[in-house]
Amino acid sequence: MRRIPGLNAPTRNMAVLKPFDVAAHSPDGYIFTRWLAAMPWWTPFAMMALIMIWPTLAYAQSRFTTGDAFDALWRWMPFLVMSGFLFNVVISMLAMAIGTVAGAALGLAQISPLKPLRMFAWFNTQLFRNSPWLVLLFIVLLALPFEITIFGQTIRIPDWMKGVFGLSLPVMANISEVVRGAVQSVPTAQWEAAESLAFTRRQILWQIILPQCYKRMLPPWMNWYAILTMATPLCSLLGIEEIITLSRQAMEAEDNHPELLVPFFGFALIMFFLYCYPIARLTMRLERKFAVKL
Amino acid sequence: MTWTADQPIVSLKEVRKSFGALEVLKGVSLDVMKGEVICIIGPSGSGKSTLIRCINGLNDIQGGSITVEGQEVHDANLDKLELRKKVGMVFQQYNLFPHKTALENVMMAPLKVLKQDKSEVETRARALIKKVRLEGKENSYPGELSGGQQQRVAIARSLAMNPDVMLFDEVTAALDPETVKEVLVTIRELAEEGMTCILVTHEMGFAREVADHIYFTDRGVIVEHGPPATFFTEASDPRTQEFLGQIL
Repeated sequence: MRRIPGLNAPTRNMAVLKPFDVAAHSPDGYIFTRWLAAMPWWTPFAMMALIMIWPTLAYAQSRFTTGDAFDALWRWMPFLVMSGFLFNVVISMLAMAIGTVAGAALGLAQISPLKPLRMFAWFNTQLFRNSPWLVLLFIVLLALPFEITIFGQTIRIPDWMKGVFGLSLPVMANISEVVRGAVQSVPTAQWEAAESLAFTRRQILWQIILPQCYKRMLPPWMNWYAILTMATPLCSLLGIEEIITLSRQAMEAEDNHPELLVPFFGFALIMFFLYCYPIARLTMRLERKFAVKL
Repeated sequence: MTWTADQPIVSLKEVRKSFGALEVLKGVSLDVMKGEVICIIGPSGSGKSTLIRCINGLNDIQGGSITVEGQEVHDANLDKLELRKKVGMVFQQYNLFPHKTALENVMMAPLKVLKQDKSEVETRARALIKKVRLEGKENSYPGELSGGQQQRVAIARSLAMNPDVMLFDEVTAALDPETVKEVLVTIRELAEEGMTCILVTHEMGFAREVADHIYFTDRGVIVEHGPPATFFTEASDPRTQEFLGQIL
């Protein structure tokens, strides 16, 4: 018997009649964090096991044994963590702080009643949001002078500071979008209610709209922090002495045996995972919680 | 031009309002005296809500004039904030501030807008919450209150500014039948105390009971108006009769 949708065929066959829901199938900005948070808790242990086993298989015949490689890593580990990874954390925190302050200002400018300011903020947001991070880093590195003179005082700008500025630019642009989106997600009825109580625009924004936004801005803000932290190794290309640069230097000091590559970079990978994984888990938990309770 | 109490407190003359090509108000005139309660009724889409929102400047107008206490509302030089201190408004969807408790919702505008003394505002706010029969709910957040309770907080919030005129925009339309009553009781008490009220409503029984004057709008014009005693029984326009026939 011929099946006629809606008559004798199951209705699910009619799905093709519905328009494809693009929004439901496109990434929502949490793509990285969701992927990270979805990993099971034993992931770092599995990584460690892989890192241990892989060189054993690959270099079984070589004179420089896996044991030697791990001895070397063991010796360098405190240095790699204290001077290397902690520096990555410092860079990520400073870049996040600058990016958040600048991004909040830019985001508020995007909803300004002044059209030129709005256009300016929109342009900068789009520019820095859609530029490759590494390109921004190099531009900042090359464009900023290595020292500036203010009132006769010469201040040196170290390279790592330039790295912080460079990384804070894309963060700024993305936080700008987070702020704009959060403010616009508050129903306009809230503005009208406040307006009819004779609040000024500034009062409405700061006392009524923004306080309702902080909660919903927190998960995307943390999402961007995790992405930023994962991007800090880009700084090694500028010669900034963070964990990847130091790992390379340590391997050189250990005569550049290829057996060192996996243990050293694997160690860096695990450090980043251990730092970002809890953030990702918490982010997704808050996201779910706020999504239901709003 | 000074306003005296024997002149209309709110006066609309030939008000025209359009959204793009769609003309919503096609020359509406009405006068409200101090202490009067007027109800605006009519089918949906007839411009009732737009009309009431023009009175406190939430919507602008394209023609005619609206005065409140003798002041032109749609005068570019008018301080809209001063106008809104005199005109309170309550919305269909309550629109309480969800991050503030009931008491804070009531206190916020007098504190931040009128910069009044905190202890004095708190005393008044507690009295208002008592007046709308919500004692004990001072520290509840809007999300913890029922629709009717939220609407009464919204009324108290507006009253806290000591307005001269109150606008009610279909304030019971989103409520279930049992809670409609508690809100109407609150409004009736206000009316009895002499507050000037302009209501857009679908509650015909209520309109008949509290209104001093009823206006019927349809397709952007006032078709008919009169005191409730005659309006409901002697409506002459066929459109009014048809509408009342469907409702009553």
